[in-house]
Amino acid sequence: MKDRFNLYRFASPATFYPLAGRLIPWFTALAVIFGLAGLWIGMLVAPTDFQQGEGYRIIFIHVPASWMSMFIYLVMAFWAAIGLAFNTRLSGMMAQALAPTGALMAFISLWTGALWGKPMWGAWWVWDARLTSELILLFLYIGYMALTAAIDDVRRADKAGGLMLLVGVVNVPIIYFSVKWWNTLHQGSSINLTKSSMATTMLWGMLLMALCFWMYSIAVALVRARSIMLERERHTDWAKALLTGDEK
Amino acid sequence: MLKIVTAVISRDLKLAMRRQADIVSALFFFIIVVSLFPLGIGPEPDLLRKLAPGVLWVAALLATMLSLPRLFADDHRDGTLEQLALSPYPLGLVVTGKVIAHWLVSGLPLALIAPVLGIQFDLSVDALLVLTGAILLGTPALSGIGAIGAALTLGLRGGGVLLSLLVLPLYIPVLIFGAGAVDATVAGLGGEGHLSLLAALTFASLGFAPWATAAALKIALE
Repeated sequence: MKDRFNLYRFASPATFYPLAGRLIPWFTALAVIFGLAGLWIGMLVAPTDFQQGEGYRIIFIHVPASWMSMFIYLVMAFWAAIGLAFNTRLSGMMAQALAPTGALMAFISLWTGALWGKPMWGAWWVWDARLTSELILLFLYIGYMALTAAIDDVRRADKAGGLMLLVGVVNVPIIYFSVKWWNTLHQGSSINLTKSSMATTMLWGMLLMALCFWMYSIAVALVRARSIMLERERHTDWAKALLTGDEK
Repeated sequence: MLKIVTAVISRDLKLAMRRQADIVSALFFFIIVVSLFPLGIGPEPDLLRKLAPGVLWVAALLATMLSLPRLFADDHRDGTLEQLALSPYPLGLVVTGKVIAHWLVSGLPLALIAPVLGIQFDLSVDALLVLTGAILLGTPALSGIGAIGAALTLGLRGGGVLLSLLVLPLYIPVLIFGAGAVDATVAGLGGEGHLSLLAALTFASLGFAPWATAAALKIALE
């Protein structure tokens, strides 16, 4: 009973703000530790791929970024659903705080994909189903951010953005499959990621990097959520007390 | 229940008929955009035949976008929208009526003029028939999905550009299957599969989009 009570207590910005402040250093530290370990394994320990040479090592950045870009969209849609269903203030703030990180991840994924594609496929960009749907995901992030930025009333921005996220989540599978069929109908898939049973060290490197990206995203989202909270709650007593220097 | 849908449709059509210039300008936008492509690419019939489905469909998406901001804006400005939201009928049904009316004045004319433009691109008779059918089947989905965007951006500054940012990514499946149907016909594969998927998209969006639009309108009217 007490646990339940405690969990809901943090749905209020006044209580969540200090909690987020205490959590951020931990997630930052974890991100650094996982990142260093992952990069060490990925760059130094993992064996050179017999087909792709050293160039394959970019997957230690590319794959975690792609995972995060998709996962963050789902998390945002989750917060949007909570926000629309229960009318909680914090949910919209979390969705907005996550959006730039998600867009960044989608961009990194496309960018590193292009860097990998040039030596491997001989082209910066091919209209492959995965590349195309990642690009569309980036468009969806940008649309969400543009919509919330254009609405001055923050409550309306949260709700409208939340609805947009839910519509997007319903559409993502439709878009993915239509792009996939479009690709296979237009031309035979000329690219095959020959996943020749990945070595265990590579898998470890990738998992550690994924954890690093995960921790980084949480830390950055919390920092951003804190500033959104301060901005929106600046009229309240606790925010005023914080801003005038009574910081704990 | 059906009465409110037909009432909204006939009201919106009456309003549209009093401002026919709006319909005609969107239609001419479509014609002009399509005509620009041969000028930019060159007049080789083989190339044009290959590009025609994509060009016509992209132009159709843009022409639909053009008329979307007005879907709710006028009613919002003079307060009609609030009265409609207060009426005892579900707002989703009202939106369904408005979406159908929007399709009748924006999607249907595109489908009627498309075969003429297709001839300019040297399409065969079969391909022209499939093109018309695909545009007839696909444009209601464009009106339906677009209504969500129009409701979300209601009354915002820079609403038109924002609307295209939100809605165009969601139009991609319609574009793919619409253009794909014509492509498959030109290639001799038969476009029935694409047309079925297009019809599925249209029915799904006409079924679900009005309710999402109604939710968005309620947010905007708060």
